[in-house]
Amino acid sequence: MSTVTAPTGRTPDPAAGGRRRNLLPGAGPARAAAGFALGAALLFAVAPLALSDFRLSLLAKYLCLAMVAIGIGIAWGRGGMLTLGQGVFFGLGGYAMAMHLKLADAGPGELPDFMQLYGQLDELPWWWRPFASPWFALPATVLLPMAVAFGLGSLVFRRKVRGAYFAILSQALAMAMVILLVGQQGTTGGTNGLTDIQGFFGYALTDPVNQRMVYFVIAGTLLALLLLARQLIQSRYGELLVAVRDGEERVRFLGYDPASVKLVAYVVAAGMAGLAGALFVPAVGIISPAMIGIVPSIEFVIGVAVGGRATLLGPVLGAVAVAWAKTALSERFPGGWTYLQGLMFVLVVAFLPGGLAALVGLGRQRGDDPDRRRWWRRRRRQVPAGVGTTVPVEGAGTPEATDGAGLAGARTGVTA
Amino acid sequence: MTGERLDGLRIRDLRVTFDGFTAVDGVDLDVAPGDIRFLIGPNGAGKTTLVDAVTGLVRATGSVRFGDTELLGRDVHRIARLGVGRTFQTAAVFEELSVLQNLDIAAGAGRSWWSLARRRRRIPDEVAEALTTIGLADRPDQLAGTLAHGQKQWLEIGMLLVQNARLLLLDEPVAGMSHDERDATGALLETVSRDRTVVVIEHDMDFLRRFARTVTVLHAGRVLSEGSVAQVQADPRVQEVYLGVDSGTEA
Repeated sequence: MSTVTAPTGRTPDPAAGGRRRNLLPGAGPARAAAGFALGAALLFAVAPLALSDFRLSLLAKYLCLAMVAIGIGIAWGRGGMLTLGQGVFFGLGGYAMAMHLKLADAGPGELPDFMQLYGQLDELPWWWRPFASPWFALPATVLLPMAVAFGLGSLVFRRKVRGAYFAILSQALAMAMVILLVGQQGTTGGTNGLTDIQGFFGYALTDPVNQRMVYFVIAGTLLALLLLARQLIQSRYGELLVAVRDGEERVRFLGYDPASVKLVAYVVAAGMAGLAGALFVPAVGIISPAMIGIVPSIEFVIGVAVGGRATLLGPVLGAVAVAWAKTALSERFPGGWTYLQGLMFVLVVAFLPGGLAALVGLGRQRGDDPDRRRWWRRRRRQVPAGVGTTVPVEGAGTPEATDGAGLAGARTGVTA
Repeated sequence: MTGERLDGLRIRDLRVTFDGFTAVDGVDLDVAPGDIRFLIGPNGAGKTTLVDAVTGLVRATGSVRFGDTELLGRDVHRIARLGVGRTFQTAAVFEELSVLQNLDIAAGAGRSWWSLARRRRRIPDEVAEALTTIGLADRPDQLAGTLAHGQKQWLEIGMLLVQNARLLLLDEPVAGMSHDERDATGALLETVSRDRTVVVIEHDMDFLRRFARTVTVLHAGRVLSEGSVAQVQADPRVQEVYLGVDSGTEA
């Protein structure tokens, strides 16, 4: 949202413009507040009024996917870690919540329905027991995924596993989690997952009024996560994360340990995915291995890529748009969606690496991904000296001109 | 812009071996505090590898002491925090971040997580000072990737300054620079060496003659000659292996 490369047709005012943006990197707070208010109005007023109960509950589901997307935007878009296994963290959060709700549905001392059905269990497995308490289960939906991400990240980042190797590793983890869940049918519900969840902390989920309440909780959480992500991106840490993405070794020579920098982003993304999974359960009433395996993990990433991975809003809008398109198109062309989704991903990666955000200029902020500099932006940089810029980038495209100016500066600095 | 104290670099019997190939073969090197030492030598002489070893990028045996501290065996980022900074042959700035952000990151290795979690409210003093020193004070918000080549090199040096590096290891800082840019870079080196120790790898003989205080010539991983510019130039062994070839085409 900065205007570094935007042609304004006016003479630049370096002192005023430059100074102000130093203090407030990224979008101005007024504009951000306006955008936030608009988002809140859409989510809390327009959507509940305009959408049927059915569509609203679908939107609630999409917004959960959007929370995962915010995390991926941080880890992948800003941190360069292609997390192809966010389903693991989504699943950990989802199962933690579902286990609690199943136990609450069953009542004190009773076994959840599926355990009575195909288990030969007389009593609750030990690792289910803590989830009976909401004081354990609720924090666990976020802390459990974060702890797993911390453990995995500590092992992986210090060993300098990155790029495709990291992506494959994270995907393998999603695979392993699904195999584990399916294999332990007696205690995890197997392929079916944990289904038929009736209540949410005393509220019957069959009641449309309560479904709306769940929607509002989800919408509010999404906005809160957006604020958190914005703070993270604009903080010094956010700048450092981009630096690690673009030059991990260089950062090391500045005295930082890039492994810890990446670890923080990875753990935050995992926590967001866990929270999303936890809220997904009351919105949809089920969590199953099919929702957390490799395919959904990749779908999370596709949404982020389509929206624009290095921006704040791009991942959210992309995730909602892709999920909405999936529903809309699967209703009409069942089976055709998978191909369309693949095609969309290929097209975006090949022709629009910055995602849709690059088209509407959402992402015109510093620290965006290098490959999003497409031809039209490069051409803009070559606007002649001082014509279209708010910062003095005279002769950005003409090295000779810049050399002279910079040199004079260097000389005065040296002699001073 | 003040390093707390001036320290020298003392290298003893440094050896670096890659798969049986010995890139650095028992180098002894002393750089006095505040010196501007030029490292020269034909391609493959081991200059960059020596810097890699000092900064912890490659494993080495022997001893590298900066002041009283042994550097060998420490992690790259630990060595950096001890006040050893380096640049690379190709300017390694963060192209998608602004000049100011580049410097701010370089200045911040000691920051707490709490300060990292917040935004930069104002330009830190040392960053403002470095902006002036490297001649980029009028363009703090320009993306580093859009800087001219010479400016990127200066930004890198500026990053070393705010990083509070007390030993600067510069790998071909004037490669690809225009004549005027070389002059400005040389003047910059003289300024920063007032309270720092500087080691420069360079192929440019003209630049060396003008700005080197002492010179070490490496050849095939060993020290061939050492001394003032005049002494080294007069050394017949140096003329044979290095200055004998036309220095202008060396780079």
